[in-house]
Amino acid sequence: MAQIKLSNLRHSYMPAPKGPEDYALKEIDVTWRDGGAYALLGPSGCGKSTLLNIISGLLTPSEGQILFDGQDVTALPPDQRNIAQVFQFPVIYDTMTVGENLAFPLKNRGVDPATIKRRVDEIAEMLDVTDMLSTRASGLSPDNKQKISMGRGLVRDDVNAVMFDEPLTVIDPHLKWKLRSKLKELHQRVQATMIYVTHDQTEALTFADEVVVMQEGEVVQIGTPVELFERPQHTFVGHFIGSPGMNVLPCEAKGDRAVFEGHEVMLEGPTHGDGGRTDLGIRPEYVGFGDTGIPAHVTKVSDIGRHYVVSAMVGNTALKAVTEHEVPEPGSEVFLQFKPEQSRVYRDGWIATEERAQ
Amino acid sequence: MRTENQKAWFFVLPVLALVAFNALVPMMTVVNYSVQETFGNNQFFWEGLGWFEQILRSDRFQAALGRQFLFTFLILLIEVPLGIIVALSMPRKGLWVPVCLVLMALPMLIPWNVVGSMWNIFTLPKIGLMGYFLNDVLGINYDMTQQPLSAWITIVVMDVWHWTSLVVLLCYAGLVSIPDAYYQAAKIDGASPWSVFRYIQLPKMKTVLTIAVLLRFMDSFNIYTEPFVLTGGGPGNSTTLLSIDLVKIALGQFDLGPAAAMSLIYFAITLLVSWVFYTLMTKDDAQ
Amino acid sequence: MKKRSIIPILYIAFLMLPIYWLVAMSFKTTNEILSGFSLFPQTFTLENYITIFTDPTWYWGYINSIIYVTINTVLSVCVALPAAYAFSRYRFLGDKQLFFWLLTNRMAPAAVFALPFFQLYSSIHLFDTYLAVALAHTLFNVPLAVWILEGFMRGIPKELDETAYVDGYSFPRFFVTIFLPNIKAGVGVAAFFCFMFSWVEMLLAKTLTAVEAKPIAAVMTRTASSAGYELGLLAAAGTLTIIPGAIVIWFVRNYIARGFAMGRV
Repeated sequence: MAQIKLSNLRHSYMPAPKGPEDYALKEIDVTWRDGGAYALLGPSGCGKSTLLNIISGLLTPSEGQILFDGQDVTALPPDQRNIAQVFQFPVIYDTMTVGENLAFPLKNRGVDPATIKRRVDEIAEMLDVTDMLSTRASGLSPDNKQKISMGRGLVRDDVNAVMFDEPLTVIDPHLKWKLRSKLKELHQRVQATMIYVTHDQTEALTFADEVVVMQEGEVVQIGTPVELFERPQHTFVGHFIGSPGMNVLPCEAKGDRAVFEGHEVMLEGPTHGDGGRTDLGIRPEYVGFGDTGIPAHVTKVSDIGRHYVVSAMVGNTALKAVTEHEVPEPGSEVFLQFKPEQSRVYRDGWIATEERAQ
Repeated sequence: MRTENQKAWFFVLPVLALVAFNALVPMMTVVNYSVQETFGNNQFFWEGLGWFEQILRSDRFQAALGRQFLFTFLILLIEVPLGIIVALSMPRKGLWVPVCLVLMALPMLIPWNVVGSMWNIFTLPKIGLMGYFLNDVLGINYDMTQQPLSAWITIVVMDVWHWTSLVVLLCYAGLVSIPDAYYQAAKIDGASPWSVFRYIQLPKMKTVLTIAVLLRFMDSFNIYTEPFVLTGGGPGNSTTLLSIDLVKIALGQFDLGPAAAMSLIYFAITLLVSWVFYTLMTKDDAQ
Repeated sequence: MKKRSIIPILYIAFLMLPIYWLVAMSFKTTNEILSGFSLFPQTFTLENYITIFTDPTWYWGYINSIIYVTINTVLSVCVALPAAYAFSRYRFLGDKQLFFWLLTNRMAPAAVFALPFFQLYSSIHLFDTYLAVALAHTLFNVPLAVWILEGFMRGIPKELDETAYVDGYSFPRFFVTIFLPNIKAGVGVAAFFCFMFSWVEMLLAKTLTAVEAKPIAAVMTRTASSAGYELGLLAAAGTLTIIPGAIVIWFVRNYIARGFAMGRV
């Protein structure tokens, strides 16, 4: 178990990177608490797998350091870092039995047979695979295979961290939640630092205590699931998390107000900085309907079960609102009200309003 | 899953007709000859299993069979491990890969008697590169036309040259199909290079290795043209392999009966050994 | 460059040496060859090649070879396609036995068939024709083509066939316009192998021909014995037989590895 610190990490797959666009990872500075459950969330190609491989030691970063409990491990090979990694596709050794698979990492490290047996039995019990220990691993179903590859990581009692690289990709939907809750349970039992890479927001938000959202090789926000939802630091986070994502509307900033399509909108607090492109960010959940407010034309209403998603046009800008009742008719004219404490201005994507002291 | 459909036979019919014409008619001819004796003029006399007995008992056949097994054993012993080693050390991707593959496959695309002629030119004392190098530079007395040992080394090296690439290409195909994650997991699990080979690479190469060993067995057991062009079976009878002997009897001496009987015995041995190889190598899958 | 790439480099060097020697010899004069050892041609000559390209018995040898190899390749792939489709899609009475029997023909020593083939093709008056050699070579090429194509076809999901039938395609139209394009690579590889084995096989080709359809490689042996030991000419002829193979393999270079595994990895 260890605290993991990434300091000034940068990585490029090119031998001589010139500008920032040549970097797959741009300047990462993160500290992960010992025993925490973290998720790395971002779209495909955002650099999250690169980051994971750097932590496990499969890749050496171009610049920066990785520290486990304050100790620099940047130059150490994977097997000396005491980490475990579960891959997208289950990796199992076909010719071995389930038991031999679980024992493999210990055997390679010269652990004595009695300890191996004890650990394998423990882990098998934890993963509910005790009855399969002597069967050939090649015939297992994908979810069981994925469990075994997880087990190979957990079998060592000195693991610093367990990393998951989109581990549920090949699992049937109905088994996904089962495996996910197994993961949660394991985390509570083994108390290892766990890092979970995914592009699926539900997976990330249900698994992790804290989520790291990445975009184009950059960390855009680190926070608890609630923080990411309530106060996105970047329009990308607002848009990527939530369904539908945050409305991002071009506007002009004026002190603690924004002017959007000619209408003044109260913000959560005063804006700072100037220049750049300014956008008004508000989640559909905080757009309400009233007798007064911003006039809008309803174009479409979709029933998505628990609530309705209303698409509307304000001037030439489209936006969405979520409502549970008082559903307007498509084609009707309505008035929209933006919740001031949830209305923010973003300058070049980054948040530019201050939270008003409560 | 495949579905039951007897009409599928219509799809197979052309193949069946073609192969049956080529395989059954000559095979019947061979069987027919093998039980008869002829003194020319198309007069045949019933011989029963006499030829089979004669062939099986003859020292000549036993010696040729022994040489054949020795040859096949030697080339499998060299080509399979060498092929695996070369395949393992090949780069997985890059510009050079197709170039390497094409160069490696080249020997297999040369007509078999040209292979024989090429090695003849290559090994001639005084004139050939290898012959000159061994005799005049290293001072080794090497002459394929006089010494059985030289002749044997030459035909074995020639076959290694000709066919090892088949094993390389097959193994390489197996290796590139292994996802990177396997190697990464092995690194994290602290596996030694030997363990990576034993538990990841070898199991993945198993199917292709089975094909490689079977093909190499069949083809080396049936080899004719290359050693015939190179040594003509000599010096003496030292490199007279089964096919060379068979053609000598059939086309050289026109002893149709014994040649036919020998053909059938030869074919039966090839089938039997292939079958044994195949069952042994696929035994694990049945479990 | 990694240390272990020394192994493939050495291996390829070993493969290239005899080929280099053949090519080098083809540019030497007979005098130079017989007068002693030289690593490079001292007096570079094209005479050997000129002889080949001006003497009809020589260049007809090449044309003959290419004709029967082409007939064989087309024939083998065409009959193997429907059969491979049947083996990959349907179960039918005796399918396994039939498949195995086909493969046993790949195991038969060519020497066994040399004499009966000679008699068979003489009796149907095909001796010394392109068709005789092309037909004889189907003995081992058809099973191989079936085997390769079946491997590739198994990789195509059956849903493709079913979707096409639902869309109202007739079987022949489905097979040609939808299925074939999906197994292009397989067809290419199968054709390559048929070409290769027909091009390199010599015992049957030589036995079944005399004058009209004599393959180039057989012309070479004749020259070697009748016109004395003209090594330079022999080397030039040999060099020329490498070229068609090299051209064909360049076309399938990206499928070589998978092709040699018969689509079974």
